[in-house]
Amino acid sequence: MAYKIVASQCTNCSACEAECPNEAISEKGGTFVIDPAKCTECIGHYDTAQCVAVCPVDKTCIIDAAYPRYQPA
Amino acid sequence: MESTAHHEAVTSESVDMDAIMQQVAEHKGCGTSSGSGKSSCGSSAGESELPPEIWEKVKNHPCYSEEAHHHFARMHVAVAPACNIQCNYCNRKYDCANESRPGVVSERLTPEQAAKKVVAVASTIPQMTVLGIAGPGDPLANPAKTFKTFELISQMAPDIKLCLSTNGLALPEHIDTIAKYNVDHVTITINMVDPEVGAKIYPWIFYKHKRIEGIEAARILSEHQLRGLEMLTERGILCKVNSVMIPGVNDQHLVEVNKAVKSRGAFLHNIMPLISAPEHGTVFGLTGQRGPSAQELKALQDSCEGEMNMMRHCRQCRADAVGLLGEDRSAEFTTDKIMDMEVNYDLEARKAYQAVVEQERQAKVEAKNEELAALADETSDIKVLAAVATKGSGLINEHFGHAKEFQIYELSAAGSKFVGHRRVDLYCQGGFGDDTALETVIRAINDCHAVFVAKIGGCPKNDLLKAGIEPVDEFAHEFIEKSAISWFKTYLEKVKSGEIQHFTRGDAEIRQGALIADEERKVCDGV
Repeated sequence: MAYKIVASQCTNCSACEAECPNEAISEKGGTFVIDPAKCTECIGHYDTAQCVAVCPVDKTCIIDAAYPRYQPA
Repeated sequence: MESTAHHEAVTSESVDMDAIMQQVAEHKGCGTSSGSGKSSCGSSAGESELPPEIWEKVKNHPCYSEEAHHHFARMHVAVAPACNIQCNYCNRKYDCANESRPGVVSERLTPEQAAKKVVAVASTIPQMTVLGIAGPGDPLANPAKTFKTFELISQMAPDIKLCLSTNGLALPEHIDTIAKYNVDHVTITINMVDPEVGAKIYPWIFYKHKRIEGIEAARILSEHQLRGLEMLTERGILCKVNSVMIPGVNDQHLVEVNKAVKSRGAFLHNIMPLISAPEHGTVFGLTGQRGPSAQELKALQDSCEGEMNMMRHCRQCRADAVGLLGEDRSAEFTTDKIMDMEVNYDLEARKAYQAVVEQERQAKVEAKNEELAALADETSDIKVLAAVATKGSGLINEHFGHAKEFQIYELSAAGSKFVGHRRVDLYCQGGFGDDTALETVIRAINDCHAVFVAKIGGCPKNDLLKAGIEPVDEFAHEFIEKSAISWFKTYLEKVKSGEIQHFTRGDAEIRQGALIADEERKVCDGV
């Protein structure tokens, strides 16, 4: 039910932080992380995941396979 | 076109001084009006050529006045890391403390850290007059951080001019805030006015919560850039337009861009060479897109100059640069060091220091004019380039082997004119890794007839002479332009008397690869 940020790819540009409609993204130890409990994959907010759309490095914000896909209530 | 007519006039048989000065002035675009009725005269224009209110804005701004850049310093604070577009010449993952290009920084700052840094630098470098926010992303994609920084600085250091540099996508929506914080200089990077061209430079933009690609992205970006430019000039905010020259992609098109921005009231146009090397990891670096040669860049700048004034002294500096344009003192002001600094912001002391710098600037202009008068009867159509090793203040005051860059002046019957600069730092890889420092310098100034230095050793002297470049150290610690004109007069006399023959020089290289640290520079013995 969530996206995650590949830490080794992240440039710490912070662009995703401001775009996230769920305030699920924050800086932690010099890199940005997504709180899987808050992430809704932008479903119900936007057509596409905002972190993916704004990230300057491709394949950095990706679906976290450790969680099932988000199901809107 | 107008500019061609001026070239012809300069080379005609009998030329008197007034006519030359008039042509030089017209050639620079002085006396012409842009759409907003503002003079478009900028980079090399002096006090006499500009309306007083414009002169007040640019006289101590190193980026808006070529003359000021020899004397006054600027700094950037890296408070704006996020970006809203992707450019094929930018790679945000690149990180090298010694690299100097836009978009590269060593550390990001909070607005509070940035304000503290500005006050610390302003107290240490009293000729630092300008604070810019230029990224490393886009300032207007980080509006809260950007405007908070401006607010703090305007309270703590009210005499410092505020600038920002943007890609323009978010410009229209922030115009009123920009005006509210008294940001009086804004630079917009405009690489195209044709979306077909833009699609080759910008893979995507992030706009209204969507990633938009291709021609549609370029169309939206271009529309916002031009509308933003119009809105700024309507509000009396001085605008510079930066364009990256990408051979085969937008080089010829930049003439159209030049017309479009002039008609919308831009004050100054800065055409910069693409910096592109595989090790930068940019799209253009990886696809082998080359940057322009020195001659190609100058030809494009010259062709636009009849239309409006061109900036040629841009150093394409980092988003955290500190100091005069040719130097970078950012390592003296890391966050750790700033937080330990006891700072006393002394406005009066800064004013007093700047008054001395202003006298120095005027002395330089007078010296040049004096020497220029002696060229009055000169009718030769010979034009040569000369390289100068300088540490600033408009003086020939740097040793050949210590120079990290050379300033380039064009000398002709019309006098001397600053036309650019060449970095000569060594390269990590790619570039000319196997060359000695001297070979790198010769490639960088290969289009010059002479190089003016404060001092030079015997070994590089001979190699320069072999390469056809005359090393000149007789004007050590004297004013650059006065000395260059004096040397040029002698050069013309020697050509006339048949003592030497005038040849046209070849092209020169603009640095492309990544840079390496000072300690690793191999300097020729005895320099």
